Amino acid sequence: MSGFAQNTFNGLVSGAFYALLALGLAVIFGMLRVVNFAHGAFYMLGAFGAYVLLTEVGVPFWAALVIMPVGLGLLGMALERAVIHRLTKLDPLYNFLLTFGLTLILQDLVKLRYGVQSSPYETPSLLSGSVNFGLFDFPTYRVFILGFAVLLCVAVWWVLTRTRIGMVVRASTERPDLTRAFGIDVGRWVTPVFGFGIGLASLAGVLAAPMRAVNPLMGADLIIVVFAVVVIGGLGSIFGSVAAGFGIGLVQAWGEAYLSAFPIVSQTIVFVVMAGVLLWRPAGLFGREEAPA
Amino acid sequence: MTSTVDTAADASRSTPPSGLIAVARAPGWVRYALLAVGLAVAAWLPNGLYPAVAVDILCWALFAVAVDLLLGFTGLMSFGHAAFWGTSAYVTGLVAIHAGLPFPLAVLAGALAAALLAVPIGYLAVKRTGIYFAMVTLAFAQMVYYVANEWRSVTQGENGLQGVPRSFFGLDLTDDYYFYYAILPIVLLGLAAAWRIVHSPFGRVLVGIRDNPARARALGYPVHRYKLTAFVLSGFIAGLGGGLFAVGHRFVSLDVLHWTTSGKAVIVVVLGGIGTLWGGVLGAGIVVRLEDWLSFSGFEAIGLVTGGIFVLVVVLFRRGIWGTVADLARRLAVTRRG
Repeated sequence: MSGFAQNTFNGLVSGAFYALLALGLAVIFGMLRVVNFAHGAFYMLGAFGAYVLLTEVGVPFWAALVIMPVGLGLLGMALERAVIHRLTKLDPLYNFLLTFGLTLILQDLVKLRYGVQSSPYETPSLLSGSVNFGLFDFPTYRVFILGFAVLLCVAVWWVLTRTRIGMVVRASTERPDLTRAFGIDVGRWVTPVFGFGIGLASLAGVLAAPMRAVNPLMGADLIIVVFAVVVIGGLGSIFGSVAAGFGIGLVQAWGEAYLSAFPIVSQTIVFVVMAGVLLWRPAGLFGREEAPA
Repeated sequence: MTSTVDTAADASRSTPPSGLIAVARAPGWVRYALLAVGLAVAAWLPNGLYPAVAVDILCWALFAVAVDLLLGFTGLMSFGHAAFWGTSAYVTGLVAIHAGLPFPLAVLAGALAAALLAVPIGYLAVKRTGIYFAMVTLAFAQMVYYVANEWRSVTQGENGLQGVPRSFFGLDLTDDYYFYYAILPIVLLGLAAAWRIVHSPFGRVLVGIRDNPARARALGYPVHRYKLTAFVLSGFIAGLGGGLFAVGHRFVSLDVLHWTTSGKAVIVVVLGGIGTLWGGVLGAGIVVRLEDWLSFSGFEAIGLVTGGIFVLVVVLFRRGIWGTVADLARRLAVTRRG
């Protein structure tokens, strides 16, 4: 029983990373119709930035948790203004290609400077050790990640559904023309929303630094899994993306624990689930049906 | 905007008319002259370039044409074609090593395996269009990569398949120069097949689906089945390239299945010109030559350059080389007439 609880907990923690990345992807896609391939690269930059800040400047984890998302969010906004913005009127595939190219560039820049080996990042002292929840101990840091991610997702949901800004963003996502007709400047929100999505990815990266190996390639493989996650949840649905993120984390952890005879399962199960969803509900579990093609 | 908007439909709308149409409308002697020049360059290539690079260019040319068959003529951007290129490379390698067949038969086996793999992946992927199609194919290709990585007893994992033989009825093909001419007929056959597909009634239906899926459907064409057929054919041609690549390098590594390989194939096509078929061949030549030059000069961060090409091409040069040249030629013709 305690084994099951442990596996479930670990699944939710890795699901938290999927959820944060999928949330950023979904928000950006909703507003800009851009699938940001560079999302994984910004996750990596978040983790790497935290590592560099700690080892070369001595900036602690808590400061990095603020500095990296804000800094990279601003960089993302500059990027949106400089290039992505030029292509949003074209087919979304062009921006997919553009951000793919940016991923290769960012990855190689980091590789050139720091090599490909993984660097360790110490868990902040406040969060080292473990918490006891009756049956057994959970590492404090993982409890923190899970709580933080859930809180963040709820906060984003609250902003989107309960505030005026959220209302504008949702309206511009659904019917940009009509929203504009009401005298709302839709274009004004595009850049901040992109920066916000990038900020979420960077935040996930900083959170991952003490838990996962920090290296230039950590984001690339992850982002492809996150793509499968958003196909499962339905990219148009913010709730669906987050739910699918946590769900896939759980399924992976259970698969790893109970099908350990087949090590390939934990890596590929997400793609098998995606295949099943494509058969059963091609638009994704929470997505809206596309017009027939 | 709905996600039913297909890639190439947009691409062709922003770059009318596509290079292929421009060539098709060109006077007969222009077309034959272009064909003659192309064949002459193909025949000369290993004399002007390092022969191993020339072999790579041929393989990548097939790969690019396979991707363009989907991207340019069916309106589907596959971002996971490394799955077919790489699967064929592994199967070709295994067949050549264990069965000792002449290499063309091993390559055929590899390409058939790739086509077989394209059936389930294509069946699932054509349920989505546009950007989702790209994400789904990318995800399935990653799955194939993980499987190859874990299945070490067959694929040798990170060590790769070593010592793929170039057996061909006792002929000595160890020299890349002669190997180039041995594979040239196979590559030309593959390219001709792609040309034939595009210019067949089947190919016209594909373009119809690309430009207006709803109308094609209303006319009674089974859209999904057409897309799936195109996907499998494309997988086969990509497989031909991947198999030849494996024999050419006498070695298969996990790189052939990596997502960067899929991405490179797409950018080769965009650089050459989407929907131009031969543009991809041109793009393959340029990218392969450039990468060889970079690695030869000891430059480590090749991704920096490939990524840079991606960004520049997408921002400034979406028509690609062939598309731009064909457009210029057409305008020139119009001015002269007018």
